[in-house]
Amino acid sequence: MIRNTVEQTSGNLNGRTVYVVDGTRTPFLKARGKPGPFRASDLALAASRALLTRLGMHAEALDEVVLGCVSSGPDEANIGRVLALRLGCKEQVPAWTVQRNCASGMQALESAALNIASGRSDLVLAGGTEAMSHHPVLLNEMMVAWLGAWSQARSLQARGKMLVQLRAAHFKPIIALLRGLTDPVVGLSMGQTAEELAERFGIDREAMDTYAVNSHRRLAKARELGWLDETEPLYDSDGNVYEHDDGLREDSSVEALAKLRPVFDRPVGRVTAGNSAQVTDGAAMLLLASEDAVNQYELPVLGRIVDSQWAGLDPAQMGLGPVHAMAPIMQRHGLDSSDIDVWEINEAFATQVLACCAAWTSQDYARDALGLPKAFAPIDPERLNIDGGSISLGHPVGASGARITLHALKAMQRVGARRGIASLCIGGGQGGALLLESDRTEVSV
Amino acid sequence: MNQHFTVETDANGIAWLTFDKADSGANVLSPEVLEAFDQTLIQIAQMHPKGLVIISGKSSGFIAGADVKAFAKVDGVASAEQHIKRVHEIFHRLEAMAFPTVAAINGFCLGGGLELALACNYRVATDDHSTRLGFPEVKLGIFPAYGGTVRATRLLGDLKALELMLGGRTLDGRKARRMGLVDLTVPKRQLRSAATKLITEGHAPAQAAWWKRLPSAAPMRPLASHLLARQVGKRVRSVHYPAPFELLAHWRETAGDAATMYDGEARRVARLINASSAQNLIRVFMLQDRLKAEGDKADFKPRHVHVIGGGVMGGDIAAWCVLNGIRVTLQDRAPAYLSNAMKRAHALFKRKLKRRHEVQSAVDRLMPDHRGSGVVMADVVIEAIFEDIDAKRALYAELEPRMKPDAVLATNTSSIPLAVLGKQLDRPERLVGLHFFNPVAKMPLVEIVHDTHTDTQMIIRAAAFTRHIGKLPLKVRSSPGFLVNRILMPYLLEAVELVEEGIEAPVVDRAAMAFGMPMGPIELADTVGLDICLSVAEKMAEALHDPVPERLKLLVEHGNLGRKSGQGFYAWEKGRAVKKSTATGTVLTDEDIGDRLILRLINEAVACLREGVVQDEDLLDAGVVFGTGFAPFRGGPMHYVHSRGSDAVQRRLGELENRFGEHFHADTGWGAIA
Repeated sequence: MIRNTVEQTSGNLNGRTVYVVDGTRTPFLKARGKPGPFRASDLALAASRALLTRLGMHAEALDEVVLGCVSSGPDEANIGRVLALRLGCKEQVPAWTVQRNCASGMQALESAALNIASGRSDLVLAGGTEAMSHHPVLLNEMMVAWLGAWSQARSLQARGKMLVQLRAAHFKPIIALLRGLTDPVVGLSMGQTAEELAERFGIDREAMDTYAVNSHRRLAKARELGWLDETEPLYDSDGNVYEHDDGLREDSSVEALAKLRPVFDRPVGRVTAGNSAQVTDGAAMLLLASEDAVNQYELPVLGRIVDSQWAGLDPAQMGLGPVHAMAPIMQRHGLDSSDIDVWEINEAFATQVLACCAAWTSQDYARDALGLPKAFAPIDPERLNIDGGSISLGHPVGASGARITLHALKAMQRVGARRGIASLCIGGGQGGALLLESDRTEVSV
Repeated sequence: MNQHFTVETDANGIAWLTFDKADSGANVLSPEVLEAFDQTLIQIAQMHPKGLVIISGKSSGFIAGADVKAFAKVDGVASAEQHIKRVHEIFHRLEAMAFPTVAAINGFCLGGGLELALACNYRVATDDHSTRLGFPEVKLGIFPAYGGTVRATRLLGDLKALELMLGGRTLDGRKARRMGLVDLTVPKRQLRSAATKLITEGHAPAQAAWWKRLPSAAPMRPLASHLLARQVGKRVRSVHYPAPFELLAHWRETAGDAATMYDGEARRVARLINASSAQNLIRVFMLQDRLKAEGDKADFKPRHVHVIGGGVMGGDIAAWCVLNGIRVTLQDRAPAYLSNAMKRAHALFKRKLKRRHEVQSAVDRLMPDHRGSGVVMADVVIEAIFEDIDAKRALYAELEPRMKPDAVLATNTSSIPLAVLGKQLDRPERLVGLHFFNPVAKMPLVEIVHDTHTDTQMIIRAAAFTRHIGKLPLKVRSSPGFLVNRILMPYLLEAVELVEEGIEAPVVDRAAMAFGMPMGPIELADTVGLDICLSVAEKMAEALHDPVPERLKLLVEHGNLGRKSGQGFYAWEKGRAVKKSTATGTVLTDEDIGDRLILRLINEAVACLREGVVQDEDLLDAGVVFGTGFAPFRGGPMHYVHSRGSDAVQRRLGELENRFGEHFHADTGWGAIA
């Protein structure tokens, strides 16, 4: 295999070449109102174990493990380390957890890539996991205070007094999942930020629903044609096996979606459960390697991570994050839209992807928000999210960044592409993007 | 102090006596060690320490018990009695020390080892999962005789102590604490601190509450021992296993007076140990060591095992390997074929491991692998798919080029010769059989199947792997049915034939159990599944010239498969066979029935020896006892032949041949049986 051995210099990943060896993910399982069969570390373990076994690698060979996760379970503090030990890594292998909300999985890849580029690590397992169905339900502060006092109260009399003070309000729980999806600074839920974009770019309900239906159709086709072979089944302790993303609605149609009521802004909003990403459990893991590691272990190569970018913007407009993250990468490498063969822009909301596409080609937006003299050419819809996305297969927040990167690389390999980009919007007003290249250096622009 | 014991005194003036038996992996109390212990005690007494802690220098445990090898060599009742009395003296010396004594127990503390610990004032155990305390003596045909019956009843109360000694079960640290067998149970890291604390705090040594000693009052004893004997009688017969009944008789006659109790121990156990039941059980114990040694010929500790076949056998083999610390990938055609194996594995891990993090770690080591990716990493690859020559060959053709060059390729086939399966391999000599028995978690034996072409290194590795997962390897030649199934088959078929002749199934089963089999042959056939019996019988019929009984075919044709279908030879209700016997008298005596069953088995065993299926008579006995449960107190089929007299057995075979047909014709191999 001919490989680009030239050191990278023009970007945020300066140093040694960063290879993606391969990756696997679990099926994405929809949260169904109760904790699902797998915890976040179970999901990450299933994907990682299958990945290493597919490659014939022992976990002992890893230099470090980096895992993205927004909210891990009570038994999973530093879930990265939990994963490494459960996987059978040597005790000496360091492991850490990263959190950048919806981009946690992508952050893990970038952190791993940085350590490889700088020469600190040679072989890193990185990715993201999230068990949204396991996100905790918390006691409110009144209750916590009451419990604190209860443990101080020793006498029967004091305890009796305390019992009388208990009110219904003490028992009102905090659903961490809902709080997490609400921006604490601007006070908007993620859905409401999507409504902002719909208004701003004049995206109507039908466009959103059409986009959503398309996401389901693309996923259905990809499954049928075996294009999701990065997916490894999950097995639970009760004899059930989960082979596919269970959020897919093959019968989805614009007419059916039109019947759904808006979730976030009633009554005039347009964002519904049908045109938003699904709340889901899942994990995606990738093996990243330096040239030395690729040669030492005779590893295959899926592609390279060439550059990365993070960007910040108004939290109320967080859905446009991808535009802000992708633009500097395009600028640095002198690229325009036609140079990118495969685009993954995470489908947090249909309207948010559509808004990104609109902002991408808007002269006003380029000038005012991005400080660029001229907008980019349109993104070809046939190159964007070509096998479906979070609307059809779900958005386990910590995992999606790793999933779209992996799938972009897989899709690039399938269509014989040279370049790809994986990007997502991040709650709290950020965007993240990775520039990917296939390993086929003989292909020229 | 000497080669087995060292003593150090710490800053608190406490003497620490470390027991580390020379040239041995475990601490056992041989006569020589006991004398050395006595010398050590005398010296310690002269040192006047503040206290004495006895602790083990072995990682394997505290003391595994008395030296069983010495038991096998006892010559005569008188010398055994003398030995026991001598040990009484030594333990009395320990008990009578002028300062407090503690046994600090981690790992095994069994039999004589526990009796030594009981002679200390205090005992502390760790909560480590390797810690086991108990009296397994009855399993060797004797009962505790180093003062155990006296001290255990005093400490625990009569009923608890008797229960512990009658059943032979062992306890972990926590259960031992709850029962009162130890004073403290602590994490391993605190074993020494806890022992020190027991000495410095100096509480009165524990004793059973007065009401727990009530059963030992003379008027109570006959009734209590009668009730206990009835309970034991449900499990074993006194003619086969006299030890528990002797223990009860001993207690009934002597409880309440320590001196007569010590005498009773010596007298009765000396007699027991010289009788055939104990000697045969000890023989079986040593045969087990011989099988183990077979697995110690290579230092082969596989880290990764790949199993193909997510059925009951494949799945259970995979789960068992995982339970023994190995990483396993389990392959089948599609994910759906693996889910049931994962469920069974989870259940096994939960049952065996109990602690949540251990269950978790076991589940993490078992990876369902429908793509078969694990083959390339595996040190052992085990094929456990359905019995089809072409399917197996096709699978090997895929496996062989992907396997590591030195990995073992094993098949769990129970019927297809290795030469047939290995034909198209590049290296047919690497294929061995690893024949596990169902249920994998319970059956201790694994047949290591080979033929003259098999690579010796592969056989050694297969045996070492078997040992590594805590099973007993038995080398057998690849011939139909190998050893265990081949020997069982004529026995089962004879049982079916007896039923066809009109003998009722419960009568047949009773005769086998009267011989000492753990379960009658008809019930066994029903339990295994008649379809499985039929298929094995058909495969072996040709080789063994033994026609398959019509009755068996008919039952299977009608879907009466035994326990799993609810109806076989017996009707099954709630997992139990309904044994209704109507006839009072039968044409055959129980003795005839028993001999027809057992002599068919034995005649086949002789044929196996003649053909060289196993190396020698001892290994055959070991295989049959651990593979079929053949009456252990008989010492194995060939040992039984010798104790009954080879000539007498052959004469009986001739007689049976005259009466019942030529399938009793003595095998030509009898000529070589001394």
